Amino acid sequence: MAETTLSVPIPKVRSRRGVIAGAISIAMAALIVLMGLSAAGQTSTFVLASQRAGVTIPAPDLVLPSGITLYVLGAIAVLIAMYQFFSEREQVSLYTAVVVGLVVMGFLIWATQGKSLNLTGMLVSSIVRATPIGLAALSGIYSERSGVVNIGIEGMMLIGAFTSVLFASVTKSLFVGVIAGMLFGMLMGLLHAVLSIRYTVNQIISGTGIIILGLGITTYLHRLVFDVHPEFNSPGPAIPAVQILGLWRIPVLGPVVFNQSSLIYLLWVMLVLTQVIMYSTRWGLRVRSVGEHPRAADTLGINVFKIRYMSVLISGAIAGLAGTYMSIGAAGRFSEGMTAGKGFLGLAAMIFGNWNPGGAYLGALIFGFFDSWQEKLSILQVGIPVELLGMAPYLATMVVLAGFVGRSRMPAADGQPYQKESA
Amino acid sequence: MDLRPESAGQGKPTPTFKEDGGDEAGGVARRGCWGGVLVPLLAVITAIVLGSGFIVASNPPALEAWAGVLRDPLLAVTTSVQAVLDAYLALLVGAFGNPAAVADALGVWRYTGETRPLMDALRPVSESLVITTPYILAGLAVALGFRGGVFNIGAEGQLFVGGLAAAYVGYSVKGLPWLIHMPLALLAGILAGTLWGAIPGILKARWGAHEVINTIMMNYIAFRLADYLLQGPMSRPDGMPITPEVASTAYLPALLPSPVRLHLGFILALLVAWVVYWFLWKTTRGLEIRMVGANPHSARYAGVRIALTIVLTMGLSGALSGLAGANQVLGVDHRMVRAFSAGYGFDSIALALLGNSHPLGVVLASLLFGFLRGGAARMQSVVGVPNEIIRIIQGLIIVFVAAPEIIRSLYRMRAKSEDEKVIVMESPGSS
Repeated sequence: MAETTLSVPIPKVRSRRGVIAGAISIAMAALIVLMGLSAAGQTSTFVLASQRAGVTIPAPDLVLPSGITLYVLGAIAVLIAMYQFFSEREQVSLYTAVVVGLVVMGFLIWATQGKSLNLTGMLVSSIVRATPIGLAALSGIYSERSGVVNIGIEGMMLIGAFTSVLFASVTKSLFVGVIAGMLFGMLMGLLHAVLSIRYTVNQIISGTGIIILGLGITTYLHRLVFDVHPEFNSPGPAIPAVQILGLWRIPVLGPVVFNQSSLIYLLWVMLVLTQVIMYSTRWGLRVRSVGEHPRAADTLGINVFKIRYMSVLISGAIAGLAGTYMSIGAAGRFSEGMTAGKGFLGLAAMIFGNWNPGGAYLGALIFGFFDSWQEKLSILQVGIPVELLGMAPYLATMVVLAGFVGRSRMPAADGQPYQKESA
Repeated sequence: MDLRPESAGQGKPTPTFKEDGGDEAGGVARRGCWGGVLVPLLAVITAIVLGSGFIVASNPPALEAWAGVLRDPLLAVTTSVQAVLDAYLALLVGAFGNPAAVADALGVWRYTGETRPLMDALRPVSESLVITTPYILAGLAVALGFRGGVFNIGAEGQLFVGGLAAAYVGYSVKGLPWLIHMPLALLAGILAGTLWGAIPGILKARWGAHEVINTIMMNYIAFRLADYLLQGPMSRPDGMPITPEVASTAYLPALLPSPVRLHLGFILALLVAWVVYWFLWKTTRGLEIRMVGANPHSARYAGVRIALTIVLTMGLSGALSGLAGANQVLGVDHRMVRAFSAGYGFDSIALALLGNSHPLGVVLASLLFGFLRGGAARMQSVVGVPNEIIRIIQGLIIVFVAAPEIIRSLYRMRAKSEDEKVIVMESPGSS
């Protein structure tokens, strides 16, 4: 909190932070070197070839001497720690993040000693798992940039996941399913908008209500309809991967970037579009001004309520799409509570990315990576229980929030209902 | 909240301080009249009425009648009404038991001294109260958080670690008398819950990380931890993913003979509700918590240590949820299983809202939800309405309680008076 540091002279604070960060880096370097000692003489094999749908894209294996590689990583960490100790710069936390990345790499090398790990497969699965989180983050950006906190993304995702499966099964068309998922997500967004804009309900309470409603309605209908008529819960195979001509045969890059579900390409397009809309169009400027200072925006003739309604509806539609991706885009069916906290991870990614699309997607990729490593590491049998490895994405979220929220800045009017002067 | 009496009431509670307490408690506790109760009551009724739409949708004859609504509109209406009445009657019988059966059993007991039929007849009421117990404790946890300006969505995870800790002390410690073992197991649950709640509190106080996201993360970590412990270190010798049975010296004893499962925990929960009321409105620490919740800026100005108070609030909130988990393990299941909580932690948010974050309101709301859920099981088995209908009704209740204007315009009520204000956190952002 700000007031605890106020009494301390500012230069001292800066150096103390540097010392703490440096000490953490030294400890992490020691950890890497320790792993190196225990893995001395072994080799870690990372498979880069990709095998999917019967097609093999060849690539040479990456074979590293485990011990030596780890020593090198440790040395880099020590160098960074030295820099943090003596630097007067403010970027200590960025370097800490780099050191954490080194530890994660080191851990992978250590876990792979004497075995082999399919790195390409892990990257592909990271992208896949990052997608619902990235969509949820994007959904949050639209809503919160206009000043409406949307904690109910999880509930909107569930509704989207359910309705898309239902409509896709009935009409036998995945496209109709996607549209239905987005529309019903938008409907939940409308509920949130009416409650928080028209009735000025505390937005976090309204969002919680939407989560409980989304969970309740989908579970209820799941037991009522899908348990009795499983044919309504079988939209057929998941949305297929689209191979970008020529490019998908590039080793490593091809399978990871150019051979993914069309919804993943849609997400990438939407990320770029959002960046352009928010910062280069009149509408985007209006959204941001309404989120920063609604009274000023109102004075300038911007319809605060209209902008907020539009933003929350878009947010709902994207949240519905996130759920749609999880059901007909990946799993191929609906199951109770299938979003499993992805909406919240998305919100954390949004905060990590400072309410910007690019940063938020980077956060989503980090979560996706930690999400996929549980599965990959359980194959390697490193002696750490799977359940404990499964805590990684959640722990990462908490660390990231604690580390970055101080430096990120939320829209100033985020969470505050707007009422006209006369009200 | 009026902050003026604060400087006078720092050392010991003064009359002005009391009045201040009464003002917030007012709606439910003292004025007792329509102001504070009518809107929540109408919210519940409206939610139940809307819920009947889902009942009609799950009733095949009613749906058939609606398919032919043009031919015979009256039939559609009567079948639907019949379906809804059947469902809610099953709910009532499931929640309270059959009055005729109770009367018969009372007669038997009077003339023969045979208690078994009476206990059988009382079982539905007792089951509802058994469900009410964790509701009260978890609802108090969220309510205390609201009063202190933090939103603890992590009650479910705190419940889990509380249950795990209580189960561990319950089965691993042997040879202690009941008077020591049972409180020890309860304490273990409380401490685990405190830890689970305090961590997001510290993260919020020190780094400004939002507790809503962190408590949810702690939930998932708690679930993974439970998965791990129940399959590994704490599993029963035969490898089933449940813990060994708790020693009988750690039981919260049943109040009546079997099959009535109502246990000491219910009394304990009522006691705790009173303690929370006393703490929040009759102690300086409680005042500080409510000050931070009402307006952190003026609280800081008045010399309250905000960071410490946030950690304290989250810790106490976690302690109450942990107690709810320990209560469930020691009083009902007598072992820890993965599915030991039917979402009590999440339902508790609705309870705190419905009870206006006041202990008495939370107890009343918990009774309502306890009986709703108690009856829902029978509704599912007799009429075939999935018991998830209760969650839908809960979601609707949250919406209506949070937006009393909807209820007011629906029932053409007069404009709001001041004491109807819903008590939730005022500052959703991080300070």
